[in-house]
Amino acid sequence: MIDWIQLLGNSAQQILSPVTAAYALAALGLAIHFGYTGLLNFGQAGFMALGAYGYGISTLTFGFPWWAALLVGVGVSIIFALILGVPTLRLRADYLAIVTIAAAEIARLFFTTNTFVQYTGSANGLQGYKGSFEEVNPIPPGRYGFGPFTYNEYDWWVRIFGWGLVIIAALITWRLMKSPWGRVIKGIREDEDAVRALGKNVYFYKMQALVLGGVFGSLAGMVFVLPRAIVPSNFQPTLTFFIYAILLLGGAATVLGPIVGAIVFWVALSFFSGFVARAVEVGWLPFMSTVQAGQLQFILVGIVIMLLVIFRPQGMFGNKKELAFVK
Amino acid sequence: MSSNDAVPSSTPTKTSGLHIGEPAPGVKKVDPIIVADHIKRSFGGLTAVDVEHLEIPRGAITALIGPNGAGKTTLFNLLTGFDKPDTGEWTFDGNSIAGVPAFKVARRGQVRTFQLTKALGLLTVLDNMKLGAKGQSGESLTKAIFPWFWRKEEEEIEARALDLLARFKLDAKKDDYAASLSGGQRKLLEMARALMSEPTLVMLDEPMAGVNPALTQSLLDHILNLKTEGMTVLFVEHDMHMVRHIADWVVVMAEGKVVAEGDPHEVMKNPAVIDAYLGSHHDEDLGELDPSITEAVKELADDDADEIKH
Repeated sequence: MIDWIQLLGNSAQQILSPVTAAYALAALGLAIHFGYTGLLNFGQAGFMALGAYGYGISTLTFGFPWWAALLVGVGVSIIFALILGVPTLRLRADYLAIVTIAAAEIARLFFTTNTFVQYTGSANGLQGYKGSFEEVNPIPPGRYGFGPFTYNEYDWWVRIFGWGLVIIAALITWRLMKSPWGRVIKGIREDEDAVRALGKNVYFYKMQALVLGGVFGSLAGMVFVLPRAIVPSNFQPTLTFFIYAILLLGGAATVLGPIVGAIVFWVALSFFSGFVARAVEVGWLPFMSTVQAGQLQFILVGIVIMLLVIFRPQGMFGNKKELAFVK
Repeated sequence: MSSNDAVPSSTPTKTSGLHIGEPAPGVKKVDPIIVADHIKRSFGGLTAVDVEHLEIPRGAITALIGPNGAGKTTLFNLLTGFDKPDTGEWTFDGNSIAGVPAFKVARRGQVRTFQLTKALGLLTVLDNMKLGAKGQSGESLTKAIFPWFWRKEEEEIEARALDLLARFKLDAKKDDYAASLSGGQRKLLEMARALMSEPTLVMLDEPMAGVNPALTQSLLDHILNLKTEGMTVLFVEHDMHMVRHIADWVVVMAEGKVVAEGDPHEVMKNPAVIDAYLGSHHDEDLGELDPSITEAVKELADDDADEIKH
């Protein structure tokens, strides 16, 4: 028989998981890029990788404290955004898409290559960079919480830090999008020539949006690796597409959408894969092996993205009215 | 629908005495706001614009006409910085703006609209308007997060926007998405939005294209109002009725060159203008052309009353 309590418990754990927080943060950055400014960034995984490695390398190789390492990660992602933006933001939107997906892969392969193994750990990645971050943990050792949400002090610290960043990023995004700055950004999404004709420096605004969303991406990368090791294969293009799935699920031009989207995405994915794996074990799906069951969740992600785009392109939190006018 | 609907509600006051000497292509103006020299733009082997000298008079309504493909919109794009010429120098208000990017040109008070209306569809009508205001401190990324830096300014902008929307009879629509407006209302919105930047020169690219006759009159009135308020207007238009009624000066382009300039009633009699138009299929008001032209042209002119609504 399937252990439903354990299955539901495992799914519920995803609500607070730092992975969910990381995806929410990355999706929030993508909402600024894609949802509000109309920039097709297909390299959010690259921003996350730079944040993670920026943090890891400056801690391990240079012995920086956690806050300085965090600033290094953010700084590197700003430089990355500038390198991507300077040649492409004057061109049509699709050029940015091509350049970002390629640049993200270049970053990942750069971290994987053996040449810099002493800094990057090559394909094995990096670990053991948590020391300084662990030291500032104000929570005394022990296990806290109830039911499925029982963690030790470090796990709670990572969760509080991760979700704290999500809340700060969401507040900043919410404030910005209600401001005249957000109005210019949304105007650029609709028609950048019209905004240019009104005397706004469109290129500069697009650059600001690219940098801001990229910084959110790099912070997401750090939150992503804090509970585990940095492994380069985690930052493949599929990561970017998962984040797009979350963004479309929640609503591209919303603040709550990426956050709730990330939670729903991970809870549903965890439930589905857990259910299929157990169903195969107890023989409910005799035509399927355990290995096949593991792959089924990715098929599901694909189907969900398709269904969303067809039947609810505005996502969970998007404004239904906007849809009446989709070009 | 008869063509008389396109007449402004009051008889417009024409501004005269704009030029010095005989009206001819490139004639000197008493007080030019734009002076352009040797502007040339070619796309591959095609020379789209080749203007030797052109002056646009200040405080008047100037129409830029010409058959399709004459280079009117390309000249517009060049003058506003949306396109870069191969050669050429031009000044706005006495300062050279050659090579200055479009957004800086707009900041100097030379604002334009587009032939294909660019209403920002998924912004509300009011947001469209507020976007037009210049020099907003809330548009800086660092100040945008702290509303107390720009809240007061925002209120002033909103009041100005609502005032303009009321004048353009769009105030009832202020909370609707611009995408829900009709084609004519979008033209009105685009013009109103341009006015939010308090320009000195308003450049309208085919303001009447696709506007239904009921709105034409109000658009004409608004353009005339711009002049009353001291702005200079330069517009591209195909509707000859409109040109004759509201323009103080007409510049005729053909094959990239300025072929004639002058008073709207005189310029239509210019042989160069007739040459330019008769070679092409067009919905111009041929009734105003020289009476000595062929019978076929007269027939066309008779049909014209029906066509003018386009």
